[in-house]
Amino acid sequence: MKKKALCLLLACAMTFSLAACGGKSGETEAPAADNAETEAPAEAGDDAEAPAETPAADGAVFKIGGIGPTTGGASAYGIAVQRGMEIAVEEINAAGGINGTQIELNFQDDEHDPEKSVNAYNTLKDWGMQVLVGSVTSNPCIAVAEKTNEDNMFQLTPSGTAVKCVQYDNAFRMCFSDPNQGLESAKYIGENSLATKVAVIYDSSDPYSVGIYEAFRAEATNQNIEIVSDAAFTADNKTDFSTAVQGAKNAGAELLYMPFYYTEASLVLAECSKQSYTPLFFGVDGMDGILSVENFDASLAEDLMYMAPFVPNSDDEMVKSFVSKYQEKYNEVPNQFAADAYDCVYVVKAAMEEAGVTVDMDASAICDAMKTAMTSITFDGITGKGISWEASGEPNKAPLIVQIKGGEGVAL
Amino acid sequence: MKMKALSKNTKSNLITYGMVILAYVVMEILTRAGMVSSLLQGLLVPLCTYVILAVSLNLVVGISGELSLGHAGFMCVGAFASAFFSNYTKEAITVSGLRFFLALLIGAAVAALFGFLIGIPVLRLRGDYLAIVTLAFGEIIKNVINVIFLGHDSKGFHISFKDAFSMNMEPDGEVLINGPQGITGTPHDSSFLIGIILILITLFIVINMVNSRTGRAIMAIRDNRIAAESVGIHITKYKLLAFTVSASLAGVAGVLYAHNLSTLAAQPKNFGYNMSIMILVFVVLGGIGNIRGSIIAAVVLTLLPELLRSLNDYRMLMYAIVLIATMIFTSSPGGQAFRERYSLKVLFGQKKQEKEAE
Repeated sequence: MKKKALCLLLACAMTFSLAACGGKSGETEAPAADNAETEAPAEAGDDAEAPAETPAADGAVFKIGGIGPTTGGASAYGIAVQRGMEIAVEEINAAGGINGTQIELNFQDDEHDPEKSVNAYNTLKDWGMQVLVGSVTSNPCIAVAEKTNEDNMFQLTPSGTAVKCVQYDNAFRMCFSDPNQGLESAKYIGENSLATKVAVIYDSSDPYSVGIYEAFRAEATNQNIEIVSDAAFTADNKTDFSTAVQGAKNAGAELLYMPFYYTEASLVLAECSKQSYTPLFFGVDGMDGILSVENFDASLAEDLMYMAPFVPNSDDEMVKSFVSKYQEKYNEVPNQFAADAYDCVYVVKAAMEEAGVTVDMDASAICDAMKTAMTSITFDGITGKGISWEASGEPNKAPLIVQIKGGEGVAL
Repeated sequence: MKMKALSKNTKSNLITYGMVILAYVVMEILTRAGMVSSLLQGLLVPLCTYVILAVSLNLVVGISGELSLGHAGFMCVGAFASAFFSNYTKEAITVSGLRFFLALLIGAAVAALFGFLIGIPVLRLRGDYLAIVTLAFGEIIKNVINVIFLGHDSKGFHISFKDAFSMNMEPDGEVLINGPQGITGTPHDSSFLIGIILILITLFIVINMVNSRTGRAIMAIRDNRIAAESVGIHITKYKLLAFTVSASLAGVAGVLYAHNLSTLAAQPKNFGYNMSIMILVFVVLGGIGNIRGSIIAAVVLTLLPELLRSLNDYRMLMYAIVLIATMIFTSSPGGQAFRERYSLKVLFGQKKQEKEAE
């Protein structure tokens, strides 16, 4: 009997706590579930307080949502994006907002999981989001793009590099796509005759790495580059690179192409030095941050070249101001994710101003206006100058090649 | 009068079915009335997925008494097989119901096949050894799927275990399974109604199996292997049967999962051992062998992190604390004594009085 009563109560509590998520359903409920009922308004209250930025609430604000991993293995990227966005929002609000309207930012965690990312998106929708900046990582971004397309919500991803992230006309990106990076790096190597024999090491478990490598390989033949050795590693097996480096060395490669992140790259560089193998090293934007790896001998990275959207020690005034603000606030040098996110908020501002969006418009109307505005704006930011967007969502910007000279990255 | 004639078991099972149907009706009414947040609407299908997973794992862990840690692997197989089918026939079959039904059959069949094949060697082991080997198999499935590249062009199918490039496809070819990038563009065929129907089917299969001759044989093996063998119960057959049915149902959950999101990639997060452990947590928290408990635990533990979103980064910490507290409350001797003293019967009685007073 006790068991049955328990089950009944749990079932009741369950359905009512489900209903309680509706927010406004509190009043209509039967008195049976008084526990769940008292919880409901409290929960709704907490949700309203969640946004990180709370500008003076005199009237309406533009509600910009952000999604990215702030916990879990990919949290470094999500946190950087969140911080970059926060700085941009603070700046814009201090300067009077978008067309005189302040912005409110709400950043939700997705743990780098498509399912959680969609949950985060739905949470933001309940909050009343008008424009989405996100998701930070590719696969979650693809899943969210499906939803934003259904709802006609404007989406700008700072760092979703996979091709399908922007397959719908409501989605745009700030960064280069994976194939674009592979293509540009092959072109750069070919046009500057850096090498004809190239070895590639890539992370076969990472779509980012595979995507770049495939495009690089496709373009290599056009540029007279011969790929003499390719070695794959996976996320579960990324500490020992001796065979991969040995393979490249034996094949006589003059250049080692490394389309993956800097943590693994530091190990590859250390292994090359151990085997006294000194080819040219060429990386992609994931290489950004290699000099900050702990216990890594920065001299090994000397002359390393990589594609980067953003160089923190650039002389550019905007970059300088961003970097100093970021350092002051978070006590670290911003990486490309933070820079992309910072630019994203300004792009949203530029597109909104171009489209003449007002705060009382709903998300779908804003999206329709911004879609056309995006293709007509030219944007100067910290990740490039004179950036314009195709209707397909891809940005047009010049790739930037950085070489490490004397312990710091210098734009070539 | 008629209710009294029903056995205690049947009544309990009817309550379980009724609970699921009630949850559906309530949610449906609230959705129609516009009282459900988009977060919760988005969570309905994942909730169904986890409920099916928890119930199906309970068949192995609770009824058959074997500790399996590779359940996410079967879900992964079902998800990929069905997503591959749906993507391939996206143009050919335009009726989403029919396509989903076929995908469901394929997902369940492929997962059952894997469950059968893996079960043959694995079920020779017992206890901790079985747990470790199933854990390994789950990881192997995930990793193998991560190296499969499968494409289709005018000349037929191409497969490679290296990269998409070495499939040498015609220019008109389309890569269907793209290694670690997985499958993208799966049609969104899952819905809450389908999820609920699948839960009911899962419950029907599991509950009827448990209450049948087969179920009794399986439980006899769990309780005393030697005694069961001595009365002529075919041990391997029954253990394998439970394992295969459970794998197949996990495959069904995978189908539901794959058709809810447009992107499917075998990452540690969704198909790794973390997921297997999470499903096991649902089962253990709900009570090993208790089907209804599994359902409730799966729903509560899936909702919890989402409802705690307002705590930002502290929510996973809270989740862990709630988990520990619940485990202590339900399973430790102290917690049990507490529950007996303040049993729900007493509380219920008080509540009734309060209600009357109101």
